[in-house]
Amino acid sequence: MKCAVIVLPGSNCDRDIAVALRKVSGKKVSMIWHKETKIPKLDLIVIPGGFSYGDYLRSGAMAAHSPVIREVVSHSKKGALVLGICNGFQILTESGLLPGVLLRNASLKFICRNVHLRVESINNPFTKGYTKKQTVKIPIAHGDGNYFINKNGIKEIEDNEQIAFRYCNAKGEINTESNPNGSLMNIAGILNRNKNVLGMMPHPERVSDKFTGGSDGEILFQGIVEGLSK
Amino acid sequence: MKQEQEITPEIIRNHNLSDQEFRKIKKILGRLPNLTELGIFSVMWSEHCSYKSSKKWLQTLPTKAPWVICGPGENAGIVDAKDNDAIVFKMESHNHPSFIEPFQGAATGVGGILRDVFTMGARPVANMNVLKFGSPDHPKTRHLVSGVSAGIGSYGNCVGIPTVGGECEFHKSYNGNILVNAMTVGLAKKNKIFYSKAKGENNPVVYVGSKTGRDGIHGATMASAEFDDAAEKKRPTVQVGDPFVEKLLLEACLELMKTDAIVAIQDMGAAGFTSSSFEMASKGNCGIEINLDKVPLREKSMTPYEIMLSESQERMLMVIKSGHEKKAKRIFKKWELEFAVVGRLTNSGRMILRMNNQKAADLPIKPLVSSAPFYNRPWKKPSIQKKLTAKKPPPQKHMNKILLQLLGSTSICSKEWVWEQYDHMVMTDTLQSPGGDSAVVRIHGTNKGIAISTDSKPRYCIADPEEGGVQIVAETWRNLTAVGATPLAITDNLNFGNPEKKEIMGQFVCCIKGIKKACTKLKFPVVSGNVSFYNETNNLGILPTPVIGGIGILKDFRKHISYGFKESGDTIMILGTTKGHVGSSIYLKEIEKKEEGAPPKVDLDAEKQNGDFVRKLIEAGMITACHDVSDGGVAVTVAEMTLSKKIGATIALPKKKNIPSYAWLFGEDQSRYIITTKNPAPILKKAKNKRIPLYVLGKTGGDMLVFGDEIAISLRDVRESHEKWLPKYMKGKN
Repeated sequence: MKCAVIVLPGSNCDRDIAVALRKVSGKKVSMIWHKETKIPKLDLIVIPGGFSYGDYLRSGAMAAHSPVIREVVSHSKKGALVLGICNGFQILTESGLLPGVLLRNASLKFICRNVHLRVESINNPFTKGYTKKQTVKIPIAHGDGNYFINKNGIKEIEDNEQIAFRYCNAKGEINTESNPNGSLMNIAGILNRNKNVLGMMPHPERVSDKFTGGSDGEILFQGIVEGLSK
Repeated sequence: MKQEQEITPEIIRNHNLSDQEFRKIKKILGRLPNLTELGIFSVMWSEHCSYKSSKKWLQTLPTKAPWVICGPGENAGIVDAKDNDAIVFKMESHNHPSFIEPFQGAATGVGGILRDVFTMGARPVANMNVLKFGSPDHPKTRHLVSGVSAGIGSYGNCVGIPTVGGECEFHKSYNGNILVNAMTVGLAKKNKIFYSKAKGENNPVVYVGSKTGRDGIHGATMASAEFDDAAEKKRPTVQVGDPFVEKLLLEACLELMKTDAIVAIQDMGAAGFTSSSFEMASKGNCGIEINLDKVPLREKSMTPYEIMLSESQERMLMVIKSGHEKKAKRIFKKWELEFAVVGRLTNSGRMILRMNNQKAADLPIKPLVSSAPFYNRPWKKPSIQKKLTAKKPPPQKHMNKILLQLLGSTSICSKEWVWEQYDHMVMTDTLQSPGGDSAVVRIHGTNKGIAISTDSKPRYCIADPEEGGVQIVAETWRNLTAVGATPLAITDNLNFGNPEKKEIMGQFVCCIKGIKKACTKLKFPVVSGNVSFYNETNNLGILPTPVIGGIGILKDFRKHISYGFKESGDTIMILGTTKGHVGSSIYLKEIEKKEEGAPPKVDLDAEKQNGDFVRKLIEAGMITACHDVSDGGVAVTVAEMTLSKKIGATIALPKKKNIPSYAWLFGEDQSRYIITTKNPAPILKKAKNKRIPLYVLGKTGGDMLVFGDEIAISLRDVRESHEKWLPKYMKGKN
């Protein structure tokens, strides 16, 4: 099983993800610099959080055009798993691998806090470590996490079970109070049609250690690694 | 020498130089300076860079201990964390710029302190900050809170360093001068620390980072003068930050530091190119020649004056070993940063600047630095508030109401609205987040932890500067202890009004005396610091606000403890003596609307004894929660402990009524901790043997907070009072 984390200028969760992945897989995680135009065959590519290229344009918009992301797109077409977290999710929507867009948070403020998520789909290689409708606690830290998609788009991703996570409260209830950023239908993470690309705003790598937050995020990495090791 | 224009008395005045200082300049040069040289003198001799009013007193502070690797005088202080780990830290103010342009002022404050730390070879691992705003009903306050918190967040979040805690307080004395003090803590390897002492004739002087523009010219001079109503006009002197470039610069510098190319390195902070080049050369007794044509510029036709005085951000100056230029350049180009060899070291002892084949300046380095003005400013012992005795009977209000009002007061209420905008989790080593007694971060990949606390108590410092100085150091020490850490050292950020006034200088001197006393007794040396004077507008100064940033170490981070109650049925105890001290308390300020009375005196022997005792209990795993008793006294402290897990408490009031209840509940006697345990007997026995005052207060549990027959409040009310004020205020609803 081969895993890699993309390092863009301005990425800042790259190390955190590598640490979490190494912990569950016991294997080396390679770090791929943004100027790479050829990347080797990989089973899992993670695009980390951060502020790629400073995010002075729309978040993720610059990165979507970097050489390495073009490579990521082509690998995903060949079936490699691609996971985008936070800024990684923004890059995936900007590059067209995932539908919809991430707007400025409804509060117009950057928000860093623990939130609850309800696992909406386990029928994919990413979230199968969870049980369906399980409530998990994973933190968010973003200024642009307000997911939006048009009417046809929302119908399509619903029909095709592409919604992976939705923001909820501790009891698993999905409502306006439990929506931290104004996302449409409290959407926190979505899959592509083929279910080999997942983008999510919350940071599972921050809850992959019982001393610094818990293990609700570790389950995600475990699920992915177990699937790939088979 | 190129003479750009005639030096008139007006130009001298505009550079904040006194007539006496100008005469000194002429004597050093043996001629009249040109404008560039005058500009260089003015920033090097500004209060901000030369510490001319404060040096005499700063020199009295204790700075040494066996665990101190580097004390004041470098970019940051360094302490030993064993196993070749070194903790690098410093706090710095960005008060004046933040008032004029809150977002950029605060953001670049964070940027500057980050650079101070990574210049020394450390990867920053945590940011903290102390913020003081004016009265909530002042028309500017809301805008300043909003801009400053967003600015701090935007910079730290983008660079990817967690902002793990701090303080935020409001008082009318900051109406015209807010305080933004930012602290960074970094980790380096003890055998890979970088200093700013230049050496080696002919070694290249290298400029890296962003290009130089016209922003921030004379920022250091601005920070050395009072404001008047036209302060806003100084907006062009505020720098603009680019945290993305900072992140690249951080990674590039750390990558180059893995090689052996660097001889000396210094960030271009206040007074930019001028102070970085002078400091490096003067520390190494070198000369330096700079070709200003080589400096990467953002704007066309900048003059030598502008280049030398620009405070453009995200720039560094290095001296590297001759022959290592290519290797170094490759790294900076990889990170898409400017890299330019701008000069060489010489043995002339002079700084010579050239531009367009002309000499733009020729200055002797040592005399300029060593004859920097050194003032023994006259000072007057401040009048000290008299001791108040708690009145009997207590005031009319019901205790329930008093407690709720205190929890919702601007000093005590939750500041989550602010710190929620800070990424406090990135790097995944944060063990205790904002809101606790100290923040705790793990030393990555080890079992060690660093505890960090920032503290200030301006209301005590105005009432009695010396006692206030003692108290803030003791409180920092206590906060570090309360999470189980062994306190190591502090950085101090001394914010005061105009030192040319005897009263203000007296506040400064007495605060330093207090700080010195506590640091000496607690073996808690000062290893770095910053002074910010002239925090005055229209002749009105701020409360004397020395701020302490302390560092402690946990040998085993897994033993750290937080202040929230953990389970129902635990025994609650108080360690330390309660006398019901109400002078200068939050109770007096909020409930009786009085800011008066002597502040509580800290008995440093008791402080040390109680703290060492509590730390041992934590290390032995004998207690389940620990919280230092601070603003609002026992009642507020216990109320805060109920918050995180929604566990209530029932406390019995002392049977002997020698202290009025309200003073027992809300008094701010020092050196106290509230602790909880499952097994009180052995702890009580230990305390008795050591003659440490320790008393059982009650038990945790239920959904009410009860103090005898004086207070009974639901946890929902406790939480609501604590949380509601700031978000509501920021929405403009109160």
